[in-house]
Amino acid sequence: MINWANFISQCFNGLVLGALLALISSGLTIIYGTLGVLNLAHGAMFMLGGYAGWLAYTYTDSFLAAVVAGSLFVMIVGVVIERLIIRHFYARPQEDQLLVTFGLGIVFVETVRFFFGSLSRTVPPPASLVGITHLGFMVYPTYRLALLGIVAVALLLLYFVLYRTRIGMIVRAGIEDSAMVDSLGIDVYKIFMLVFGIGAMAAGFAGIVNAPVVSIAPDVGEAILVQTFVVVVIGGVGSFPGAIIGGLIAGEIISITSMFNPGYSYIMLFVAMTLVLVLRPHGLLGTAARE
Amino acid sequence: MPLDNQKHATISRRTLLHTGAGFLGSAVLPWFSLEASAADEKAAIGTWPAGSEGQTVYIGAAVPLTGAYAAQGADELKGWQLAVEHINNGHDLMKALAPKVDKGLLGKKVELLSADSAAKPNQGVELEQNFINQNKIILMTGSTSSAVAVALNKFAQREKILYVAGISGSNDTTGKDCVRYGFRQNFYGQTAANAIGPILVKTYGKGKKAAFMTPDYTYGHTVTKSVNDYLTSQGGWEMVTDQVSPLGTQDFSQYLTNIANSGAEFIVNVNWGRDAVLSIQQAKQFGLTPGMKMVVPYQIPFLAKEVGPELTAGVFAATDFWWTLQDKYPLAKQFVDAFQQKFGYRPEWGAENAYISFAHWARMVSTAGSFYPPDVIKQYEKGETIPSLVGDVHYRPEDHQCVRPVVLVQGKDPKDMKSDDDYWNVVEVVDGAPLMQKPDEFGCNLGSYT
Repeated sequence: MINWANFISQCFNGLVLGALLALISSGLTIIYGTLGVLNLAHGAMFMLGGYAGWLAYTYTDSFLAAVVAGSLFVMIVGVVIERLIIRHFYARPQEDQLLVTFGLGIVFVETVRFFFGSLSRTVPPPASLVGITHLGFMVYPTYRLALLGIVAVALLLLYFVLYRTRIGMIVRAGIEDSAMVDSLGIDVYKIFMLVFGIGAMAAGFAGIVNAPVVSIAPDVGEAILVQTFVVVVIGGVGSFPGAIIGGLIAGEIISITSMFNPGYSYIMLFVAMTLVLVLRPHGLLGTAARE
Repeated sequence: MPLDNQKHATISRRTLLHTGAGFLGSAVLPWFSLEASAADEKAAIGTWPAGSEGQTVYIGAAVPLTGAYAAQGADELKGWQLAVEHINNGHDLMKALAPKVDKGLLGKKVELLSADSAAKPNQGVELEQNFINQNKIILMTGSTSSAVAVALNKFAQREKILYVAGISGSNDTTGKDCVRYGFRQNFYGQTAANAIGPILVKTYGKGKKAAFMTPDYTYGHTVTKSVNDYLTSQGGWEMVTDQVSPLGTQDFSQYLTNIANSGAEFIVNVNWGRDAVLSIQQAKQFGLTPGMKMVVPYQIPFLAKEVGPELTAGVFAATDFWWTLQDKYPLAKQFVDAFQQKFGYRPEWGAENAYISFAHWARMVSTAGSFYPPDVIKQYEKGETIPSLVGDVHYRPEDHQCVRPVVLVQGKDPKDMKSDDDYWNVVEVVDGAPLMQKPDEFGCNLGSYT
């Protein structure tokens, strides 16, 4: 189906997918950039956001309540595990950090499976966003269109917090040099806890707003985690703008390649990542200082 | 005297003959009895005889409990659990299916071991290897992905341990990748295509345009080929696009956009498990259905429950079993009742396939009177007519495929549902034999017994 109508449609798909990937990746990259911890439980947190939101929805019938519950719950989970577990791994080798977050991810997934089983659960979008919208060149699910806006607002909010507030300034300083921030008398551990909470909340928020698109199941975070890592590598580890650029690039690569041959979508994504690693080892917007 | 002498001489001659025969006999008989004993004493093979020397024999199941097929894997695991329980307690249903089973198998208790394969072939093989090392399993099962079934087929042949497939829809499982040590009970791509094809052409007419959605592995490719072959040759349908996606795809927007621009009137959705759930839900989100008609040639357990009956209303699907068949088959009713009592819901076809494939294996072992794998295989290969939950069936000796009916169902409109799991209406139970390809058509070569 190689024609202009399909090309434009696929570009649009790429934009929506890319925006979602950007949102999830931003949480991952902020955590890594500040804490130096590669959080392999990030996909599980995405899943937890979906389930917490779904539970809230079943009791309230309110999508807004679901979004709030999904985001807050995962933020709390993030803060708690940072205080109880992650904190003890800051000074330990990265292999230990990978193992502990990988283990946490398994615990989250299997706990959810134990209580709710493996069947998919659906969170319907708000009534006003059900159905399709005619865009002239294509028809598109209304909720997916809205999702683009929702994610854009969330990313703007994150940008505002990171670049226009004092806390954000400290976080960014922490990304550059956490030892220096500590020596300036700022309690860097409080900042770490906050960053972990915000990063987790971004994943939880993405999990619940994505639930009406791909109904939730315990393994929903697994596939997205791999894509998220690719996005972070392409954009530059620790770079918030890099996560956004990387997300959009990844979304477009997956979508446009599928127009020619869907089977090569993910291969092309990894080819792109390899190219970036060869030509710019620190990612498009990453710097060596963040390593 | 001469008489006496003659008599004496006669006796002596007879005694001599007896004595001679005795000597000869004692000299020769040990040879004969040694030969006979050597023939009875079969060489060890696979885990035989070690695996069946204790009081318990073990079965290893590599079943997906995580990933895209997790829900279906959990269902079939329950089917195996129930079958093992029924073998061990001599349940009436098991006795009806395997009359010589008597509170165990050949005097042994049967125990099921299971672990998560995640629908990954290498993980499935690794699990079975562990079961062999630790428990000397005498039977392997599992799959819910034909990629796993094919891998376990080859592993079974190499290790000389029997394998009965769990859910596996690929033509290859008993086609080009068939093995002497592997057996499959359930329906598959070719029989699904030949069962559902006629009703599609009859209901919707000839010369239609269809978009296929195909998962990128052996199951997807063979089912798509079989269905497309039927529809093009018998109905003059045209495949306008084939959207191949990797197993575990979450976002089908790219594929659905291609379909939206393809001019298709039908979506033949070969995706399975969670992939099918998501692709059907998203096809609705993109406004493709109900304008385009959805067809599911290889039905997925829990599909209607997960996507909701609104999306499966009117959808034709081929399947192995649906619980309302209990109205037609008494054994099916016994099974549905026993399953529901134990697990609290009505079984889907994965559980049915699991249960009946174990029952058939138990029947073969108990009839052969031996756990020796070649004896059990030869029992299967007799091709005797045996009962199942959907009438009499038999296994083809040439490819080890069970010749069984295919059940055609159509999704019910929510307002026609009589209970909360009354999702499908059984349209027809199609006789299996005419649906099957010739045994050698897909290149089956079973390999050796030893």
